[in-house]
Amino acid sequence: MAGAVRQVEDLHLLNLTKKFADVAAVDDLTLTIPAGSFFALLGASGCGKTTTLRRVAGLEDPTAGAIKIGARDITDLRAFQRPVNTVFQSYALFPHLDIFENVAFGLRRRGIKDVKTPVNQMLELVELSAMARRKPTQLSGGQQQRVAVARALINEPDVLLLDEPLGALDLKLRRQMQIELKRIQHEVGTTFVHVTHDQEEAMTMADTVAIMNAGRIEQMGNPAAIYELPKTVFVANFLGQSNLITGTAQGRTGDDILVSAHGRTYVVPAARSTAGGDSMIVGVRPEKMTVLDAVDGHRAPDAHNKVLGRVTDVSYAGVSTQYQVRTPWDQELTVFEQNVIVGDRCSVGDEVLLHWSPEHTFGLDGVQDVHAGASPELVDLEAAASALESRGA
Amino acid sequence: MRFIRRNLLAVVAILVLIYLFIPIAVVAILSFNKPSGKFNISWTQFSTDAWTNLCGVPGVCSSFVTSIQIGIIATIVATALGTMIAFALVRYRFRGRSTTNLLIFLPMATPEVVLGSSLLALFLNLRFPLGQWTVVIAHIMFIISFVVVTVKARLQGLDPRLEEAARDLYANPRSTFRYVTLPLVAPGIAGAALLGFSLSFDDFIISYFNAGTLVTFPIFIWGAAQRGIPVQVNALATLVFVIALLIVLGSQVVNYRRRRKLVST
Ligand SMILES: Nc1ncnc2c1ncn2[C@@H]1O[C@H](COP(=O)(O)OP(=O)(O)O)[C@@H](O)[C@H]1O
Ligand SMILES: [Mg+2]
Repeated sequence: MAGAVRQVEDLHLLNLTKKFADVAAVDDLTLTIPAGSFFALLGASGCGKTTTLRRVAGLEDPTAGAIKIGARDITDLRAFQRPVNTVFQSYALFPHLDIFENVAFGLRRRGIKDVKTPVNQMLELVELSAMARRKPTQLSGGQQQRVAVARALINEPDVLLLDEPLGALDLKLRRQMQIELKRIQHEVGTTFVHVTHDQEEAMTMADTVAIMNAGRIEQMGNPAAIYELPKTVFVANFLGQSNLITGTAQGRTGDDILVSAHGRTYVVPAARSTAGGDSMIVGVRPEKMTVLDAVDGHRAPDAHNKVLGRVTDVSYAGVSTQYQVRTPWDQELTVFEQNVIVGDRCSVGDEVLLHWSPEHTFGLDGVQDVHAGASPELVDLEAAASALESRGA
Repeated sequence: MRFIRRNLLAVVAILVLIYLFIPIAVVAILSFNKPSGKFNISWTQFSTDAWTNLCGVPGVCSSFVTSIQIGIIATIVATALGTMIAFALVRYRFRGRSTTNLLIFLPMATPEVVLGSSLLALFLNLRFPLGQWTVVIAHIMFIISFVVVTVKARLQGLDPRLEEAARDLYANPRSTFRYVTLPLVAPGIAGAALLGFSLSFDDFIISYFNAGTLVTFPIFIWGAAQRGIPVQVNALATLVFVIALLIVLGSQVVNYRRRRKLVST
């Protein structure tokens, strides 16, 4: 089976809803997962990722919606009738069975008599042949994880669901298993739906990422494309960091939208904006900005977007330096600068000009909380900093 | 002094063990005695009479067999019913569930004298003839509680994800029960059955009320005690103890072997 490319089909979730006592854990979610892809469902804890997977696996009683694989509707099939297998968050290996029997479980239940060959093949794929007669408790976390993958994959499911499969592993093992899982997926060609709350994991592993928030999909696509052009404030803050400035659209010149905010005008390419009305948020990723000492401000290209501010924090981190810059309207902006400049860096208290190309600017709808999706610590820090500032003033 | 202070825990443990085992040792030793009078209390002379002639005293063996029969029937029925009740209580939400939970505890909390006499009153009112079946019914009734409590604890400790994993791996409800739930709960059920049997075999008070003319082993001993307990009783008691010990040791050895085998592969 290794290397053979199987005929696989897209997984469709249509208007999927799951309510627990009137609270929607999954809310009218519609999603197509491309056949044979490594698909990551990324979202904060409690946003409904597990519930979505359990609906697909058939382990959760449905509230509404349909699930299809290709043209086949599997909505009403029971869990044991679905051509879908799961790698559980806690692995859920059968403690009373050895590794061989754990892996053989699905085959035996389907009445397949000769399990020896496929089980041994599968154990080889996950490099656990030597452990066949051990009990799960005698294996390390990483090995248990691979047994869980083998136990699911041996059934050649149309879709393999993985619920935070690496969550229980330490960082080093996690990196190793990420590569391992990618290799296995490449070899078997099955569609992998990988649930995680780790954005780095999602971005490095997946062909396609869907970012989930409060039971819905916020944005879906290639990880780089989402990072470069987030379409909601949540995504801009949740996937990496963003600097977001609230303003008002003033009109257009050619393909650009002009946005005025705090006395300056910013240029946002219309193609990079998802704003509907006049209220707009101008966004830019921290590493896209350049820091100039204010006296050198004239060196910034005319066409660039610019902000004046004062440096409140500098942290040097080897490959890059992170600046915190406070704007005249008391907003804290973050800039990452590659450590390629020769000479003095800006230091705390310096007046600086930040500038960036309009090509790196994105426009978001203004009627959103600018903190949506930001990690709580960041929001708290910012609030605490401005509280301190106002007390000192 | 230093030695005692350092090994205090071990010393206390050994003392407690001695305290626990002295009565058993006395019973076993006296089974090899040849008492001079009616009472087998003081050591007079070594003899294996009681062991070679286990059924030598009328009533000893028949009462022993009666108790074992009652124990087996009561245990099988109580284990089967109790296991089902435990599953119902843990797995299903139904009206009266918490009441049932409470009622299950009642037989354990009620003094045996009360339980025995109430049952007797019930059987007399129903004009149910006293004998083996009334004792069996009484035993089932109080063993069930222990079975339910034991199996319930095991079931509650069972990770629900294991059954979900089975369902996910093409096991229909029946195979899920057969290949995952049952094997995982089995040690709890076996433990409950062993406990149930020993409770039944051992019971005197409830049996005495409801036995009519039937003589169980504890009832026989109680009756014999008035006239002097025959040495055969010591021998049988020792036999029961040795069998129980062998069962425990046997399961330990099997476990140990299994673990050794696993580690060596
Ligand atoms: N069995 C359940 N009963 C009630 N609420 C639940 C249940 N399972 C999940 N939820 C709720 O649904 C929401 C989504 O949960 P979940 O899908 O587990 O999130 P995630 O996997 O993204 O962390 C949470 O708010 C959680 O509290
Ligand atoms: Mg989860």
